[in-house]
Amino acid sequence: MREAHLQELGLTLPVATAEAPDWLELVRKAAIDRFAATGFPTARDEEWRFTPIGPIAQGIWRRGTAPSGEVTREQLAPFIFGHPEWTTLVFVDGGYSEALSYTGELAAGVRAGSLAEALQADDALLEKHLARHASIETSPFTALSTAFMRDGGFLHVPADTDLTHPVHLIFVTTPEAAGSVTHPRNLVVIERGARASVIESYVSLAEGVSYWTNAVTEVIAGANSWIEHTRIQRESERAYHVGLTHVEQQRDSHYRSFTLAMGGALARHNLHARLSGENVETLMYGLYLTRGDQVVDNHTAIYHDQPNCRSWEVYKGVLDGRSRAVFNGKVFVKPEAQKTDAKQTNRNLLLSDTAKVDTKPQLEIFADDVKCTHGATVGRLDDLALFYARSRGVPAEKAQRLLTYAFAAEVTSEVVLEPVREELDRLVRERLGEM
Amino acid sequence: MLEIRGLRASAGGKEILKGIDLTVNAGEIHAVMGPNGSGKSTLAQVLAGHPAYEVTAGEVLYEGNDLLDMDPEVRAQAGIFLAFQYPVEIPGISNAYFLRAAYNEIRKSKGLEEVDSMDFLDLLEQKLQLVEWGPEIMSRAVNSGFSGGEKKRNEILQMAVLEPRLAILDETDSGLDIDALRIVASGVNALRKPDNAIIIVTHYQRLLNYIVPDRVHVLSAGRIVRSGGKDLALELEARGYEWLEQEVGAAS
Repeated sequence: MREAHLQELGLTLPVATAEAPDWLELVRKAAIDRFAATGFPTARDEEWRFTPIGPIAQGIWRRGTAPSGEVTREQLAPFIFGHPEWTTLVFVDGGYSEALSYTGELAAGVRAGSLAEALQADDALLEKHLARHASIETSPFTALSTAFMRDGGFLHVPADTDLTHPVHLIFVTTPEAAGSVTHPRNLVVIERGARASVIESYVSLAEGVSYWTNAVTEVIAGANSWIEHTRIQRESERAYHVGLTHVEQQRDSHYRSFTLAMGGALARHNLHARLSGENVETLMYGLYLTRGDQVVDNHTAIYHDQPNCRSWEVYKGVLDGRSRAVFNGKVFVKPEAQKTDAKQTNRNLLLSDTAKVDTKPQLEIFADDVKCTHGATVGRLDDLALFYARSRGVPAEKAQRLLTYAFAAEVTSEVVLEPVREELDRLVRERLGEM
Repeated sequence: MLEIRGLRASAGGKEILKGIDLTVNAGEIHAVMGPNGSGKSTLAQVLAGHPAYEVTAGEVLYEGNDLLDMDPEVRAQAGIFLAFQYPVEIPGISNAYFLRAAYNEIRKSKGLEEVDSMDFLDLLEQKLQLVEWGPEIMSRAVNSGFSGGEKKRNEILQMAVLEPRLAILDETDSGLDIDALRIVASGVNALRKPDNAIIIVTHYQRLLNYIVPDRVHVLSAGRIVRSGGKDLALELEARGYEWLEQEVGAAS
């Protein structure tokens, strides 16, 4: 791919700035070279076979000059939940908004703020971690993110520290950002023995407007750390959303993820966890709610590199209209990763005759003493359960909603942090209709 | 209260009920007994409106209305309750949430106001005592991971909360230990009122030691082959079903 074509796509490299550290320029350069060599994925690429990214690849996307639109506190209010003390970092059209953000009380040594600001300080922690875990070879979109990232959340919790309150990162897109692309980039470093909850929300004030979000988050879970990570994707239903979350887990760490995907014309999220130490626990829960012509695609990959680790994954989907969902879950077990215990489940509930699911579990196991299972189902509401609810006086239509809600609630109930669980529950009820 | 006339029903093209006639008056307890495959569970499920069964002939009047014309939820709102032989698991919603939803739907159908979760908890407290349960059970998902006995007890709890006029117990006693049986029986006896009626579908006589029926009917191959008083159940217990089937076979 030539420079001219990249320019046409609005993908020219940003002019090097005095503030950006040298190491980052090298990282960006390698990333743009990578993208220039690969271009966008095509339908021939196995990883993207079911994901119609044509509108992204063929689009002309302005690089957002954030903030392009104004956001008031009132406009932001519907996306804020939990406790007012929670540190909330708000990014408008890709850029940090100091006015809308709030930093609550943080334990000693905790840093939570804008990545762009942290980069200006150019500390060794960023150089050590930023773009070092989510490889530019993961996908062309990751390469684009690394080349063009400008801002996002940066969270550092030092060793043996409890973050206490979660940190909420909110990425809001305004109507003024129509036709533009942003590359939110987050770095979360939780050191040895620390404990933290992080929430990412991708939301929109631009319903009916097309834009493209290309988000990448890197999470480093230090030895014996505990992390709950929630990702709420509620983009405009005309927007495109591509995201990668890469988690690096050191020994004895516990990482649990919940991803809710309900927005976007096309939304793709990759969640990758590398279990690079022994006795690691990885829990991945996901829920996607689709309608209309939405396409929602979840790819997960769990790399069991070390022995005695456990991974547990449950993704569920509720599909209506002509929407389509893709689920691909990979589990790789290295020869040395004996005593691996991995279970993966994908369950889909179809509410219409025209909704469609492509689900594909993929286990690649090279160790012999392991317990690995997977299962996928695509179906409708259970007739017997419907009759059961009706026989108790619940009208048919309401019984359907009740059971659909129950199907979704089974997975949202896995979230540990109560205010987050309640917010997810509220979003599910709102989407599926009050019960 | 309930009049069944010439009821025939089939499932998957196979006729199971071959002409049932049965009248149940308010205040009565009827036991429907019979060997496996006789159609007694089918009768219970047809009365509740199970969609797997097709009624091919006959009529059922409930308080003078055509029961077969009513949707399952309308039957429940009109006071019919089926305690399932195999209660359904619903992961994802709590026992309290489900039961309150049902309770409120029945109230709404009567033009009464819905109760909020606090008031409902008060009501639940008394009903839980009846089945000798603490409140913990209410935060567990509906029947999910319940033991067989817990599921049956949960049916009795639902029945106690919904206070039906006609309760149909489909083999509620099967698989219960003696303590659970006693609890189920006390739940049923608490419902016993002059305005209510109860139909107990069972294979065995032992539940009838705790709940004394007014009438006992024996179902065989989709027909009621004998009706009698409570002594008929004891006779069945002593002699099994075979003698009756042979007697009926010889007579026909």
